[in-house]
Amino acid sequence: MSTILAWTSDACLLVGSFLLLTGALGFLRFNDFYARIHACGVTETLATALIILGLLLQSDSATPQFKLALILLFVLFSSPTASHALAKAAWNAGLRPRDNSGKRGIPLPPRER
Amino acid sequence: MRYIIGMVITLSLFWLINSGMYSGLLLTLGALSVLTVTWLLHRMDVVDHESIPLHLLFRAPPYLLWLAGQIVLSNLDLVRRVWRPGATTDPQVSRVALEQSSNICRVTYANSINLTPGTLTVEMGEDSLLVHTLSREGLESLTEGEMSRRVSKLEQ
Repeated sequence: MSTILAWTSDACLLVGSFLLLTGALGFLRFNDFYARIHACGVTETLATALIILGLLLQSDSATPQFKLALILLFVLFSSPTASHALAKAAWNAGLRPRDNSGKRGIPLPPRER
Repeated sequence: MRYIIGMVITLSLFWLINSGMYSGLLLTLGALSVLTVTWLLHRMDVVDHESIPLHLLFRAPPYLLWLAGQIVLSNLDLVRRVWRPGATTDPQVSRVALEQSSNICRVTYANSINLTPGTLTVEMGEDSLLVHTLSREGLESLTEGEMSRRVSKLEQ
């Protein structure tokens, strides 16, 4: 039983690390501020969840497990708020989204400037 | 009153699980701090249906499960877009209708959009959200409105 748990934990940590790497690569590859926020979304949702799940399976008492779950809960509550704050600040500062080459603007909805 | 009881129960559970030590002195101190915090929050007038959403207690879990599935799916989609060579994104900006009327459901909807990678709430208006998506499909799934319908169901 404990070997299965250990393997599951290792798999979670490995996939989580791969997703962190993906987030970093996306952050470098995408050319636009808003697109880069999307890339960070991978690291702050599924990657964080898998790494915390992996650590949770390593622990064998309830208190640290509960605390890890709380960390995940707070990350999942605060990260969307943080990315919204970033995007809104950029929008209000006059930065407009650009296409995937990062050079031309993309069409905005009517009545937006 | 039931919000105050809900707050006391939540804080007590939080204290008990976080403490892990159950001697008489510590339990007394814990009970005292729970009561003090509840009294402070009551004086601040923030113990209400927004801080303790009792009416969502049984309706939220199915929605959260569905949201977790959507988060996994959109993560996989974004992973494919990041690793595939060439231009894989087609960013879109659009306004999406905001049909919810209560603050808590509006926040839930906007945060759910932000939690699924590939869609991002840029600005919140009176009756619409300004949304940036990484692909045309992402925008279509939002305007199609399944997420909005599910959040609206929380409201009733």
